[in-house]
Amino acid sequence: MKRISIDPITRLEGHGKIEIFLDDEGGVDNVFFQVPELRGFEKFCEGRPVEELPSIVAKICGVCPGCHHMSSGKAVDAVFGIEPPPTAKKLRELFYMAHFVHSHIAHFYALAAPDFVVGPTAPKAQRNVLGVIDKVGPEIGTAVLKQRRLAQEIQALLGGHQTFVVMNIPGGVRKGLNSLERDDIVEKAKGFIDFAQFSLKLFGDVVLSNKEYLNIILNGPYALNIHSMGLVDINNKVTFYDGKVRVVDTEGKEHCKYAPVDYRDFVAERVEPWTYLKFPYLKKKGWKGFTDGQDSGVYHATPLSRLNASDGMATPLAQIEYDRMFSTLGGKPVHATLAMHWARLIELLYSAERCLELAEDPDIIGKELRTPSNGIVGEGVGIVEAQRGTLTHHYWTDKKGLVTKANIIVGTTNNNAAITMSIKKAAQGLIKKGVTVTDGILNMIEMAFRAYDPCFSCATHSLPGQMPMIVLIRDSQGNEIQRISRK
Amino acid sequence: MEFKPKIVAFLCNWCSYTGADLAGTSRMKYQPNVRAIRVMCSGRIEPTFVLKAFKNGADGVLICGCHPGDCHYQEGNFRCMRRFQLLQNYISQMGINSTRLKLEWISASEGKQFAELVNSFTETIIELGPSKIKETVELLN
Amino acid sequence: MTKPNSKINLAVYWGAACGGCCVSILDVHEQLFDIVAAANLVFWPIALDIKYDDVRAMPDGHIDVTLFNGAIRNSENEEMATLLRKKSKLLVAYGSCSHMGGIPGLANFSNKEEIFQRVYHDSESTINKDKIRPVPKFEVAEGILELPVFYDSVRLLKEVVNVDYFMPGCPPQTERLVEVFMAIVSGAELPPAGSVIGAGDKAQCEECERKKTENKQITKFYRPWEIEDDGETCFLEQGVICMGPATRSGCGHRCITGNGQCRGCYGPCSDTIDPGAKMMSAIAGLVDSKDPEEIEQILNDIPDPAGTFYRFSLPSSIIRRSLS
Ligand code: SF4
Ligand code: SF4
Ligand code: SF4
Ligand code: FES
Repeated sequence: MKRISIDPITRLEGHGKIEIFLDDEGGVDNVFFQVPELRGFEKFCEGRPVEELPSIVAKICGVCPGCHHMSSGKAVDAVFGIEPPPTAKKLRELFYMAHFVHSHIAHFYALAAPDFVVGPTAPKAQRNVLGVIDKVGPEIGTAVLKQRRLAQEIQALLGGHQTFVVMNIPGGVRKGLNSLERDDIVEKAKGFIDFAQFSLKLFGDVVLSNKEYLNIILNGPYALNIHSMGLVDINNKVTFYDGKVRVVDTEGKEHCKYAPVDYRDFVAERVEPWTYLKFPYLKKKGWKGFTDGQDSGVYHATPLSRLNASDGMATPLAQIEYDRMFSTLGGKPVHATLAMHWARLIELLYSAERCLELAEDPDIIGKELRTPSNGIVGEGVGIVEAQRGTLTHHYWTDKKGLVTKANIIVGTTNNNAAITMSIKKAAQGLIKKGVTVTDGILNMIEMAFRAYDPCFSCATHSLPGQMPMIVLIRDSQGNEIQRISRK
Repeated sequence: MEFKPKIVAFLCNWCSYTGADLAGTSRMKYQPNVRAIRVMCSGRIEPTFVLKAFKNGADGVLICGCHPGDCHYQEGNFRCMRRFQLLQNYISQMGINSTRLKLEWISASEGKQFAELVNSFTETIIELGPSKIKETVELLN
Repeated sequence: MTKPNSKINLAVYWGAACGGCCVSILDVHEQLFDIVAAANLVFWPIALDIKYDDVRAMPDGHIDVTLFNGAIRNSENEEMATLLRKKSKLLVAYGSCSHMGGIPGLANFSNKEEIFQRVYHDSESTINKDKIRPVPKFEVAEGILELPVFYDSVRLLKEVVNVDYFMPGCPPQTERLVEVFMAIVSGAELPPAGSVIGAGDKAQCEECERKKTENKQITKFYRPWEIEDDGETCFLEQGVICMGPATRSGCGHRCITGNGQCRGCYGPCSDTIDPGAKMMSAIAGLVDSKDPEEIEQILNDIPDPAGTFYRFSLPSSIIRRSLS
């Protein structure tokens, strides 16, 4: 049996490898997506003072540390049985919107855009952000870097450290805003809205008005018929900082809607011996293996799933785009994996609009930053929507507030089964009997997981020349029979 | 094989070391497992010294200084008292039995007390058995 | 090492890392163009599609500088460290994880068995009746799947290979990186091998702008949420543990700017081996009591001394891991 190993997969946050097994006909027999590492945060958070956790768990991921900081901060509030005052809540959400803006910009321009603006099978040397800038002009390239920087400045202003903010303290935040700083954020937020709208227009012009691309999105080997998860507010609108988790089935009907504390009634995790990363699934559906469909417990938690799982966006401009996407793609829910990129831009617009709303809210410069604690309840769950999926932190403590147990379900983990299946589906659709595995095919397999990928590489792809990726095809004895590389 | 514990004793020059000396010159019998290290004052004993002693194979560490109020540098032994407490809290968190670290006040005339202290501490350490610190740290290299 | 007017080959790799160190490199923003003008990036998994096989194929010493971030947690981390050492002229331990073990190093409070038990069996959301665990080699119908071996303890980069320089921080501040990078490419004279670069050698407290009084004494320790921080007074003086005295400067006291306490990610000054021991000395000098019982009571109010004093440095401390 032939075997294609991609080790490591690159241009994503973290380690991973793909093993593709071919059948005797040259088609794809099976695909394994392996995560070769584990840290054990759940274990070593034990014994730590619970108020330290928002800063400790942020180091789970340096790409979306703000998500862990927020989810953990909420779990810690619950351990103390307190809610932050309105100003603190809004400051946290304001920070969080800036975190989304910075992350979504980076993801779209550096990761997604090269595949569409330049083209899925364009020469690889151009298939990067420089190629994108070539197509769209240098002013836009500068704008991308600038907007990302401005969003990061907001994070540093509110949270001290630019990457690992120290914002959260039980029941609130450590630092407030003055009116000058607020005015500055208002200006930045207006710029984000313009930039998000521009990005959507770019996507419309370049991708949607191109029949071939639209066809790839809709009819390429990228659709998975699975459940969709996302955080919603009281009106079932998309929200990131606070709300209930809603899951809709493959037909868009509500499967469940749960408060953070109840997550264990709805989500369970499975262990496989060939990867360190667990596979969450919908508990009521059960684990049916790596298979899609209405009866499968596999779900995704991505920008697209969040739009699928909601009844709309809570801000006006984003709502217009939401309607446009679903009408263009044939109604809710959408199962086309690549539509995640479009959904991400709609979320970018929402984050920008929400950033402005919050900055203009009179409460934001309030002086009441913290609800004093009056004892320790001892258990708490916090959920936020991370860029890469619903993020759950659950802590138990002793009477002194030292952690006795911690359970964490990380954003990307939600998508572990879906990513595995998407890669397999793309590989099956693209590698067939008689087909020579070319560079274009490799890129199109990568596009399957890239849609789920976190963000960044903003700067990354702006490095000249994409470097070669090597795929080895081995026979069942492990002998190399074909080596394909991109140069 | 009989366990012969290694005990490192940090002794303040002015009181405790003299006390230990007295125990020796008076031919009081005490366990021969102690390696005495003379320091000018118990306040001079950095936490690092203690941790290094453990790392290098000490099964127990004994710290002796002048009685409270008698320190030749006024405050040294109080500082030592506080370091000792912090060290105990720390080592017990690391899975090291905190009784492996002991602090006592010994004056220049307390040769007998010193001998008894060494005997009882040695006893305690024999009961606890060998420390695994050195072995654990070396495994990591 | 530098050839005038020629680019250096730069590699960035992660062991047990969080990605934050790579982000700190991306955060050069517009200056990225200066970096790219002076360096060819020859390996960087987060950004480029170079595979392990490509690195294996490079001639020895092909890479001028490798920034290695992340700790050594498993066999793959160690193998890659060994490989990159061979391929690199200068190997820099970049960031707290590779310098001192970092946050992943807190795993040295437990061992592999305890971690697996918690994550794969006891986790409240995991259903695993068959007690499945990831294993280094697993046979599926189609063939054998391999995973790196998970070690019992987190180790430092310098314990598996020879390291030329250490650049502290979680992550290192981008400005420090740019300074170091420019020094390297301009051919400036580098400090002796084994040095810490990209950081100051004064204690954090000396740069911190919070108000300090001479001879301040502490009679009670508080958790951060037990006080009303005035935003101005030194945290230790307010009775809240801050690692400033045992931490070297260089980060621009970032956390303190956000009204958070320093947790020591930059590691100790060069005259100190063990940051926790240094911190214990500093605290012992501040507590105002001469009564053993009172001292015990005051100091028992410091929760989790090991996890606080060695937040970023457990695997590099004298004791290095719990004996559990
Ligand atoms: S040093 Fe900090 S930023 Fe760098 S990899 Fe480690 S945890 Fe992440
Ligand atoms: S202890 Fe902390 S707050 Fe106080 S001066 Fe030092 S760094 Fe600043
Ligand atoms: S203040 Fe301390 S913990 Fe924060 S970045 Fe600086 S050295 Fe690291
Ligand atoms: S001189 Fe003996 S304890 Fe200070």
